[in-house]
Amino acid sequence: MIEVTHEPLNPEVVTSRVLKDTNGAVVTFLGTTRDNFEGKRVITLEYEAFEEMAVKKLEEIRQQLMTEFQIEDIAISHRIGRVDIGQVSLVVAVASPHRKEAFFACHEAVDRLKAIVPIWKKEVYEDGSRWVACEDHEFHTPEAATPVTAEDS
Amino acid sequence: MDIVVRFFAIYRERAACSSHELVLPEGATVADMTMEIRKIFPRLAPPEVNIVVAVNADYAEPDVLLHQGDDVCLIPPVSGG
Repeated sequence: MIEVTHEPLNPEVVTSRVLKDTNGAVVTFLGTTRDNFEGKRVITLEYEAFEEMAVKKLEEIRQQLMTEFQIEDIAISHRIGRVDIGQVSLVVAVASPHRKEAFFACHEAVDRLKAIVPIWKKEVYEDGSRWVACEDHEFHTPEAATPVTAEDS
Repeated sequence: MDIVVRFFAIYRERAACSSHELVLPEGATVADMTMEIRKIFPRLAPPEVNIVVAVNADYAEPDVLLHQGDDVCLIPPVSGG
């Protein structure tokens, strides 16, 4: 089951959605909100989603992984809106007959989510904010070379 | 044709609106649309940054043809999790 919600996430509820007697392993990953970025204190986080596409892409990831790793079931819940520090923003629960596939598929689910699912995270600091990933690539764009004046040479 | 382009996250903030309606000629592509949008909102993204586009909730390459009624969204670099 896929879910993008403004409500707080309950990892036990999400995990229970994939529990089956035919499985020997359930791996549940929790993404939690961190209080710092490069030495700056993060006060809170705000998540925004293109919800229709986010649900569609999460379901695609779920189906791909179930096929690739013969996984019985995967549940992914992502919280959006304001999420305070230390709270759960993401739950991925993977159920499989054996642990190896469950660990691997869970890791892969999070990696694929971070690569393609249209959800955005904004870190709010005491003195400003930053859309994670959005401003990073621009930050690394080389500055135009400083013109060399006659005095410098 | 009339195309409504929707903005999310940093693009929404930079455009100071969540959507903009464009009138594009028949046969216009995703690349034509982003070129028009960049003219109207020059501060949306630096010229060297590729603007990723979704059409009807799927990623669309620059050469994809647009049609009246398509749901067109600009997708900034994602950062879920």
